[in-house]
Amino acid sequence: MATQKGKQEGNGKQASASLSDEQLLDLYTEMVNHRRFEESAARSYGMGRIYGFCHLHIGQEAIASGASLAMADGDMMVSAYRIHTMAISRGVTHQEAMDELFGRATGNVGGMGGSMHLFKPDNGFYGGWGLVGQQVPTATGLAFSNKYKENGAVVVCFMGDGAVHQGAIHESLNLASIWSLPIVYIVENNHYGMGTAVDRISSLPPIHRLGAAYDIDHGEFDGMDVLKTYDAISEAFERARSTSRPTFLEAHCSRFRGHSMSDPGKYRTRDQLAEEKSRDPIPTLAQTLVERGLLDDEKISAIDKAAKERMKKVLKAAEEAPWPDASEIHTNVFAEGGTNG
Amino acid sequence: MAEMLYREALNQALAEEMERDDRVFLMGEEVAEYNGAYKVSQGLLDRFGSKRVIDTPIAELGFVGLGVGAAMGGLIPVVEVMTFNFAILSLDAIVNTAAKTRYMSNGTLSCPMVLRGATGAGGALAAQHSQSLESQYTNIPGLKVVSAATPADAKGLLKSAIRDPDPVIFFEHESLYATKGDVPEGEYVIPLGRGDVKRAGADVTVIAWSRQMRNLMDGVEAMCERTGLDIELIDPRSLRPIDEDLIFESVRKTNRVVIVEEAWGHSSAGAEISDRIQRGCFDYLDAPVTRVSHLEVPMPYSPPLEALVLPNNDRIEAALRSVTYGAAKGGADG
Amino acid sequence: MAEVVTMIQLSPTMEEGLVVGWSKKEGDDVEAGEILAEVETDKAAMEMESFFDGVLLKVLVAAGDSIKVGAPMAIIGDRGEDIAEVLAGLESAPAPVAATAGENEPSKGGSTAVASWNDADAPAAANAIGARSDGRVLSSPLARKLASEAGIPISAISGSGPGGRVVKRDVLAAKEAGVTGAASGRDAAIIPVVATAEDRVVSLSPMRKAIARNLSTAWQAPAFMLTRDFDMANVVVLRKQINDGFKTAGVDNKVSFNDFIIKACARALIDTPDMNVAYGGDHLTMFGSADIGIAVAIDGGLITPVIRAAHTKALSVVSSEARTLAGRAREKKLKPEEYSGATFSISNLGMFGIDHFTAVLNPPAAGILAVGNLRKTPVVAEDGSLVAGTRMSVTLTCDHRAVDGATGARFLQQVAIYLENPALMLA
Repeated sequence: MATQKGKQEGNGKQASASLSDEQLLDLYTEMVNHRRFEESAARSYGMGRIYGFCHLHIGQEAIASGASLAMADGDMMVSAYRIHTMAISRGVTHQEAMDELFGRATGNVGGMGGSMHLFKPDNGFYGGWGLVGQQVPTATGLAFSNKYKENGAVVVCFMGDGAVHQGAIHESLNLASIWSLPIVYIVENNHYGMGTAVDRISSLPPIHRLGAAYDIDHGEFDGMDVLKTYDAISEAFERARSTSRPTFLEAHCSRFRGHSMSDPGKYRTRDQLAEEKSRDPIPTLAQTLVERGLLDDEKISAIDKAAKERMKKVLKAAEEAPWPDASEIHTNVFAEGGTNG
Repeated sequence: MAEMLYREALNQALAEEMERDDRVFLMGEEVAEYNGAYKVSQGLLDRFGSKRVIDTPIAELGFVGLGVGAAMGGLIPVVEVMTFNFAILSLDAIVNTAAKTRYMSNGTLSCPMVLRGATGAGGALAAQHSQSLESQYTNIPGLKVVSAATPADAKGLLKSAIRDPDPVIFFEHESLYATKGDVPEGEYVIPLGRGDVKRAGADVTVIAWSRQMRNLMDGVEAMCERTGLDIELIDPRSLRPIDEDLIFESVRKTNRVVIVEEAWGHSSAGAEISDRIQRGCFDYLDAPVTRVSHLEVPMPYSPPLEALVLPNNDRIEAALRSVTYGAAKGGADG
Repeated sequence: MAEVVTMIQLSPTMEEGLVVGWSKKEGDDVEAGEILAEVETDKAAMEMESFFDGVLLKVLVAAGDSIKVGAPMAIIGDRGEDIAEVLAGLESAPAPVAATAGENEPSKGGSTAVASWNDADAPAAANAIGARSDGRVLSSPLARKLASEAGIPISAISGSGPGGRVVKRDVLAAKEAGVTGAASGRDAAIIPVVATAEDRVVSLSPMRKAIARNLSTAWQAPAFMLTRDFDMANVVVLRKQINDGFKTAGVDNKVSFNDFIIKACARALIDTPDMNVAYGGDHLTMFGSADIGIAVAIDGGLITPVIRAAHTKALSVVSSEARTLAGRAREKKLKPEEYSGATFSISNLGMFGIDHFTAVLNPPAAGILAVGNLRKTPVVAEDGSLVAGTRMSVTLTCDHRAVDGATGARFLQQVAIYLENPALMLA
């Protein structure tokens, strides 16, 4: 396939059209679980069971689930610090994730990382990074390694709209383009970098046009619709796999909560928020599935109830999970046998 | 005197200096409309307008570098980094440009700016957001490094930093913003490089700064009671230039030193102070200079582990017992 | 079931929250996610959502009041529900102390297991040092300065710090106790006390270091001492006969009293093999030969050259070997094999007028004999009369790990037989 540098307008295929009923229902269930997980995290944070920073993905669940579904074995996902749902979509269990948020030994990384630093490389999840934009050159390097090894794997790298002005991102895009690296960059544009509206601090809108500056195919999609998300990312994955070209995508989305738990969210009005919430990805998918006869009110309510029950158990177990042993402090500073003198 | 929060004292210093000198402007992430990630710049946008209180994109190298240029161009930028963990991205502008401007230009250019923001462990923020990187800056000739423990110091030092003709790196501790203290009103300026005796004592000198000094100040009477030692608390306040005279005077009196540092001890500011003491006070030392600092690991997230990595009273008191050769309550020798 | 709404934590540094105002009043319906109240944290005023569906049954905190994170704010439940029990429970519950309070409290781990590399390392490191084996006096710089000002040699002060480090309080105590420099080994008769000289610190020679190391090790062996006198009258007579004989025969040799003692000990060791041993931790070496080390004072220290198989050698051979070895020792020309491996040692300070002293073991040998001077002394003769006798006091130091008192005593008895009947040694 010839590479056409320019806007990704959709390649005429709709990958989502070939999703099975079972896959669609799983997708829906996964997103409901994401929502309930994040709500449980919010509540636990309020109760002082989760510490430090806690960034929720409520409203943006479709992006985690849609992207994960587009990945094949060996593909990699890298993101910043709003990652609970992404890690869970990539196979971190709810329990492992919640235990990590609780700082327990049984957590995803033994209590060493917390909310911002989850990892599951054996299933393609490469973190979990706290400095705005730092994950982008790293993800580009992972793509470089895949191309070097000729293993056909593709990297999907997320960043926020607030991140795109970091120099490291521009440098990365240039490298990915000149070396034709198989990577899909996705800007989750929820319109606020922390409390700052993106149009106040960016010359870019539309952000995806940044790709053009580096001769990279670019495009945008509705990140509140999981099927459109899946379609757009699948197309970019196919480009990476068949031509080893990068893609730069912009997902339009909304986070329904503050930037972090300590964000009062004064920068948008209640009406604005209500409007954003009307595009909630979960009811949106539910409606599609109801129309296809896969869901009805009863099933929707059963799925939700099961999710709530599950999170209740998860929270209880997290509450009872053991704290890490003090001896763990000194492990993994270096490889075993290394010295830290 | 008025009792106020640390963040309010910083706010007052900023407002007074902006009032005094219209070359002074504030720039950084969320400083204007959001009123500051830690509310230090509360109300400044309303008071001074968007020309002088400026929200930036998240692009630390860009906006800190811009601050360096603006300073060179005759302004006095106060550049806020949300935390010094993020300022790492701007080090090229600070280390390669700001610190060298005056020297390389043979004095024909200067860079009178302040880079300020939060440092330290704010509470379970994990490895990337809990660092204290003061020592890294103290290693660079051309930079002054300041760290305030109390609201009064915060005000007096920030005013000095803004008036200083050279780049000043100003560290505020994330856990100190909500602490209270008396602050002199109006013109109150503490010269850079001047330390402070936070408590006079006879038996042992404890040197600390920032949050660790504040913790010590809050708990020192109980600590004296527990250890039976009359502790002298010395806050250097500036880590470069450093108030050697004040430190030496104290050490010559007490003969014993414990340095408490919320940072890794390897090649640190505490190590520098320790070195100066052994050279300047060799004949006055009755025990090795002893340091209490972070365990040498990245910060773990889990709170019980974090508590072990940070300096704590148990470790500080063990160090006190060590330098006084076990002189415990009632057993302290002069 | 009524649920208690507690002050939530909204930032990592938040300890308490101010209830700015309530968005709901008692009796209002509340849905999870609805705004319940506005709360001001240390960072900002924030809207606090309800986690619960139901009716706001009770408001526990008035607007304008500040409460700790985790403290109860309100009760939400079913309309008409009796909340008396819940309220009673709240009253009896301990006040929340911290945001992290909970049943599964993070352990406030002890600091001992994870002490940093740099803090308070003195206790552990000092214990490891223990008594310094290189003989160096450990002292703080301040203690040295104070001791110097007080004119007290640092070595005269016992240290109370780690590893015996002399610290400030030790110097002050010594000053108080009137310790002076007089005990530092200076001979007042020889060094005139002119103006006080500065104390000097001299670095240790390798030999001094070795001596210090070896003797410190030896000092740790449990040792006992046996002292007795020998009647040396017959040795005096025999020695004169032999030396006169040499002169007559034109032989350039001269036997010393020490040569007799060497020979006597060597013979006695063969006769008392239990004394000719070395302790080896899990074994005992029983030497087949009596190799006698003789302590020789040399410039800057002492050394112990060894006369091999002294029990097999004629007195004249022992004598000439001893003289040669001592000469080479003073010239510092001894080879290691010439001063190591003694199975027994002799240290003789008789020539300095010392009547009696004890010696420190010379490892690995289990015994060393400290020999005093020959002296004329009144003795009670067999008939009860006082006569002038010739006596020599010796003290045998034995490594008790290898040798018992009786063995040592038997050995000395055997030595006595040879010295009091020296002709036996010629037999």
